[in-house]
Amino acid sequence: MNANDVRDSFKRRFAGRIMAARTEIIKHKLKQVRHASRVWITVDSGELKNAVRHLCKITEHPHFIVISGYEKGKYLELTYHFSLNYASVMEEVVLSIKVRVSKENPVLPTITDLIPGALISEREMQEMLGVRIKGIPDSRRIFLHPGFPQGVYPWRRDETGPARLVRNLHKGGGR
Amino acid sequence: MRKAGDIIGQESRDTYSICVGPVHPALKEPVRLNLRVRGERIEHVDFELSQVHRGIEWMGTRRNPIQILYLSERICGICNICHTFAFCRAVESIAGIEVPPRARYIRTIVAELERIHSHILWAGVAAHELGFDSAMHYAFRAREKVLDVIENLTGNRIMKAIMMIGGVRRDMDKGQARLVMEAADFYSRCSRKLEKIFLGDPVIKSRTRDTGILTRHDCLALCSVGPTARASGVRKDVRQDEPYGAYPDVGVKAMTPDEITGETRGDVYDRIAVRLREIKQSADIIGRCVKDMPEGKIAHEDKANVLLGELRGVQGEGIGRHEAPRGEVFHYVKLVGEEAPYSWKVRAPTYNNLLSWIPMMLGAQIADIPVIAASIDPCMSCTNRAVVTGPGRRQVLGQDMLHDLSVKRTRELRRGLRP
Repeated sequence: MNANDVRDSFKRRFAGRIMAARTEIIKHKLKQVRHASRVWITVDSGELKNAVRHLCKITEHPHFIVISGYEKGKYLELTYHFSLNYASVMEEVVLSIKVRVSKENPVLPTITDLIPGALISEREMQEMLGVRIKGIPDSRRIFLHPGFPQGVYPWRRDETGPARLVRNLHKGGGR
Repeated sequence: MRKAGDIIGQESRDTYSICVGPVHPALKEPVRLNLRVRGERIEHVDFELSQVHRGIEWMGTRRNPIQILYLSERICGICNICHTFAFCRAVESIAGIEVPPRARYIRTIVAELERIHSHILWAGVAAHELGFDSAMHYAFRAREKVLDVIENLTGNRIMKAIMMIGGVRRDMDKGQARLVMEAADFYSRCSRKLEKIFLGDPVIKSRTRDTGILTRHDCLALCSVGPTARASGVRKDVRQDEPYGAYPDVGVKAMTPDEITGETRGDVYDRIAVRLREIKQSADIIGRCVKDMPEGKIAHEDKANVLLGELRGVQGEGIGRHEAPRGEVFHYVKLVGEEAPYSWKVRAPTYNNLLSWIPMMLGAQIADIPVIAASIDPCMSCTNRAVVTGPGRRQVLGQDMLHDLSVKRTRELRRGLRP
């Protein structure tokens, strides 16, 4: 299953509910031409679980890489990165599924029931972006120290971000 | 906030809690393991990572891509090429920068030298954990050569600072190529000797065989990467699956234990075997790269300010991946046409491998903790003590004591093996 097949399979399954889908092939021109395949898909946040379920159906053991995320205006955008067809020579596809949740009610379902390896990343999203992961088996913090103030999310850019914890030495006064 | 001496989850009279770390001789990394043990058997595993979160990703979003190169080198002392390599690839894929072939070869050579140095360092530490200090000294002596070569190529023993977006910063001349070739030959021989020392030794074998097993099924479910995954029979290697740098020309094949010992069990022994054989594999890759190295430019753009100007107008998101000594390094970068990236996510291999400690340690013995913990080659920084608490008693297990326990177990085994 190559990058275009993966994209088309998602397009068929989520007709109308998929917001964007593209593939990207990066060519390496050396003595032999090789390429890296990337698929980027944006789905509605309510369809995240179904998208991961669909992914588990079309390939055996998708490899979960990580979730990346950032704040964009009123929304939080999270991208779930997976690797498919690994352990084969040059057929690997990196699939990134992007979802968008509003900052007022940032809730996403857990995918740890389908892919247990996603636990650390989901815990990270809870503390770093303030997304609530519904059904997460372990909701403790992971990278932030227990002494780090509650309600401050380091990856946010608004008033809940870490700006007030940063010492601006040039302003004087220090802590 | 809990202190190291507090009792964590004391369940009943039969079980007691033991916490190892955040600084510990075997872990060398700031992670704290909270274990519940019944007698000598481990029944529950939990870990805390929050010891040294430095906010590097946050710092990155306030710097330009060239500054981030040097910041990303400081994520990890050992994998400093890995993070810059992955970051460069992410930015290059967004900006559509083509890296000149010669630069790809130099990048590959330096990355493989780093793998040799990391694996030998790990072999030394593993030997020390087993109480086999002569092998540790042999490994550390062998590692000096690769550090000298790295110093010759880059100017530094550890922090290489050779990567640049679109190429590398330093070229390699003929004399250096000869030095690298010599080192590659040396490590081919060295890897055979290390294999003989580690894999042929009956004490190491009885100590590590069937210890800390990670089954193929658990490995796939927990998404392990690198030698940890390969030792469990999952042929996952970015150099093979999605070749980059000079790897398309070299053709790397993922190393699994069945090619070395004839079977795959996913235990500590297999992880040692895979890493030691990868030293030889790296030496071969370096040899081929030096032989086939094309002539030409070493960077897309020599002047940093011109490069920065070019990157300032770029928008988009990109992924950079690299097979580090411990597994896949993954960087996600989002550029929005400003000086600093809008978002930067770094995924180091240990991030995924940590969860695999749980199935490895369940049912193991306290004396096996250092060996199992070290077997995934965790990369996180170090309190040389563990506190054992139980009803009515409290005892501090220092570095010496825990290490002694491990050495004692090896000696007992050795006595048992003697005819």
